[in-house]
Amino acid sequence: MRDPATGAGRVVLDASDIGRALTRISHEILERNKGAEDLFLLGLHTRGVPLARRIAERIEAVEGHSVATGSLDVTMYRDDLRSHPTRSPHKTELPASGIDGKTVVLVDDVLYSGRTIRAALDALSDLGRPAVVRLAVLVDRGHRELPIRADHVGKNLPTARSERVGLHLIETDGEDSVTIVDLPGSEHPDRGDRAVGDEGGDR
Amino acid sequence: MSRHLLSIDDVSAGEIQTIFETAAEMHDVQRRAVKKLPALRGRTVINLFFEDSTRTRSSFEIAGKWLSADVINLSAKGSSASKGESLRDTVLTVTAMGIDGLVIRHSASGAAHQVAGWIDVPVINAGDGMHEHPTQALLDGYALARHFGEGRAEADSLEGKTVAIVGDLTHSRVFRSNVKSLAKLGAKVVAVAPPTLMPAGVGEWAKSDGFSTSYDLDEVLPEADAVMMLRVQRERMSGGYFPSPREYTVGYGLTRERLGRLKDGVPILHPGPMNRGLEISPDAADAAGSLVLDQVSAGVAVRMSVLYHLLAGENEKENA
Repeated sequence: MRDPATGAGRVVLDASDIGRALTRISHEILERNKGAEDLFLLGLHTRGVPLARRIAERIEAVEGHSVATGSLDVTMYRDDLRSHPTRSPHKTELPASGIDGKTVVLVDDVLYSGRTIRAALDALSDLGRPAVVRLAVLVDRGHRELPIRADHVGKNLPTARSERVGLHLIETDGEDSVTIVDLPGSEHPDRGDRAVGDEGGDR
Repeated sequence: MSRHLLSIDDVSAGEIQTIFETAAEMHDVQRRAVKKLPALRGRTVINLFFEDSTRTRSSFEIAGKWLSADVINLSAKGSSASKGESLRDTVLTVTAMGIDGLVIRHSASGAAHQVAGWIDVPVINAGDGMHEHPTQALLDGYALARHFGEGRAEADSLEGKTVAIVGDLTHSRVFRSNVKSLAKLGAKVVAVAPPTLMPAGVGEWAKSDGFSTSYDLDEVLPEADAVMMLRVQRERMSGGYFPSPREYTVGYGLTRERLGRLKDGVPILHPGPMNRGLEISPDAADAAGSLVLDQVSAGVAVRMSVLYHLLAGENEKENA
């Protein structure tokens, strides 16, 4: 699924920018956690999942042992469930040993309104009791609607609400890039602006 | 997806796949310590059962509760229906309380359709007389898809499989719904029954819905990739369909001897409740290939999926 608007968008991060940002996030996570002990990288569907895997690979390269990754689908926890037609949830995959007592790092592509993260925190509390929950995002585009912030940010990207952030990854879209497209008329993050890769836009 | 689920006609093959995908995720929830999703929080579902039921009613109740809906059970016994209130008045009364979904079972064929015409909340048919029982067919299909897909409920894993449906077909809403849904899933159905329990006019119907019929179970069994045994519904019979239970078992029961005629690993289904020793022997019911209990757990997952898709999303009426 390629964003049809990609061609018209302004590229703000290319493949090597994304690679560098992920490497930095990986090191930050390691530093903050003082190693890879009890670490679990939980990617949010759709693009958070491959991002979590990429970060895990980088941590493994540094630390020399593997880091568990998983996926979390928050569809049923969304606060806008009633304003859209339903769709099937994706797989939620956790380590067999559970998440109790672990350091869970939620990984998402674009942080926007913060509503997806709110839903993810609710979902997590139904799945176990992690010792610590942190948030890593590749892009923070601002316009938060809830008191939520990321612990690790690949790139702060000041945007207007009328703009659309398109985040593409090789695993899901065939290439690595972050673009900004001006999309007049969509002023609210949870209405109209349902860009590929946008937080709250992946439905 | 259609607003109601009254018949398998209300769902397309693609929608069945969507229902299966969601059911697979719901199946995972069944294994969690906290079996709760917030999708239907604040919504109220009423289970209106005018006929006896164990698994359908309790699995609709569990499904609704695990999705955080408030679920109320009403059965004809102990309700105003036993004082002579009409179906329409009962339905309008409970709807006026402000419910968001209605699950109904009734002994009259077409009852769910009628109810859907009286009220403007989604109606799910949990069995209407001898007509349809769509969630049963969906859970049967789902249990089979999981079996053939080795744990993954891909709807296309039923493509080309031969499913023998055996028993009291005349009185069976499970049969009617399964014929439609299995056709949508690409399976070949062989309907097996004694001539007296084969629905009247089945020839034309078999042609239009693409299934075949047989009176000879022993001939069909070696070809089957799955066998679905249906209950002999003595409560709907006024006698005379077969000379004696013993004779029925000899001709159409899944006996221990007949198990040997099946290909290796062929799954055995029964929607329950089973008449052990009549249409299904204990050997078959408890055989390694028996999916009877898988059907029950699939029932909760599939009903969660159906409730979610019908009740959780945007209400077209509200937005119209």
